Amino acid sequence: MRNSDKTTLDQIDRKIIEATQAGFPITAKPYHSIAQLLELEPDLVIERIGKLLEQGIIRRIGVVPNHYRLGYRSNGMTVWDVPDEKINELGKKVGGLDFVSHCYHRPRHLPDWPYNLFAMVHGRDQQTTDNYVSEIADILGDANRQHTVLYSTRILKKTGMRIGNTQ
Amino acid sequence: MTKALDKNIEYSDFNNQSYSSLEQVLMNDFQHDFPLTSQPFHDIAERYSVDVAKIIAIYEKLISEGAISRIGPVIKPNVIGASLLAALLVPEEKLHEVAEMINAYPEVNHNYEREHKFNLWFVITAADEKRLQIILNEIKEKTGYQLLRLPLEEAFHIDLGFKLKWNQH
Repeated sequence: MRNSDKTTLDQIDRKIIEATQAGFPITAKPYHSIAQLLELEPDLVIERIGKLLEQGIIRRIGVVPNHYRLGYRSNGMTVWDVPDEKINELGKKVGGLDFVSHCYHRPRHLPDWPYNLFAMVHGRDQQTTDNYVSEIADILGDANRQHTVLYSTRILKKTGMRIGNTQ
Repeated sequence: MTKALDKNIEYSDFNNQSYSSLEQVLMNDFQHDFPLTSQPFHDIAERYSVDVAKIIAIYEKLISEGAISRIGPVIKPNVIGASLLAALLVPEEKLHEVAEMINAYPEVNHNYEREHKFNLWFVITAADEKRLQIILNEIKEKTGYQLLRLPLEEAFHIDLGFKLKWNQH
């Protein structure tokens, strides 16, 4: 990856991430439970998680809702072909919209795949999602050379990230 | 996985689930800044003047129902391990079979059918880049279908969670 933070992680950080990526235990003292499991001091676990958060390695700590189960049935992956020299400026605008959950720059694969900007939008129905797509199109204006929306028709698998216990 | 592949039973039983205002707050307001303290549920309970046992019971229920996937850290991609979004062009009649083959990899954490020529979209998160490439090459060889490799070049979203808007029933 372009901006790798691998070097700043030591074994303790890795152990903590691996032990928590599937979620904290729901106990009165979850960080103590993790500490016990890893044979670490609870204060150290809290301190390290705080540091990882500060460094941006952990983006946030909290509830991860399952949008689909909560009624957000219309999940659209909107993809846009915008000039490379404008993608950072435009990506930040689109990524800042409150109905966009994820916004990424990904490579084109010409001629099959001309799109370089991805934005995930979620709505309770397709009408809502279609309106969101129009809003993004307005923001991009002439920079949008072509776009499409890939609605999901079926969820075939969805699990949290599980690194470290697969080998 | 076979069940979820059947279009008719696709999670429809969750359609009209409704949540109490406390449940909604506990889902919406703690997508970030979940307390990093010795007793986080106790701290949440104090904020709403509710018993801690009630808070824990609600979260346990929401997790067991699948309304929330987990409470925990959201890790920046590719900090640990290597991940990639891939798309495969699969003939409709082969979709089920190919999806099962791909889902059998524990490294595949998302797999969606989408309305496009490239109709199967999945995310692979492997222990390292080498393992990631092995899996992609295996999928390509086993299926022979056209594969798009779409690694993340830059993330633009702020990722403070997603504002949940509840239905006005």
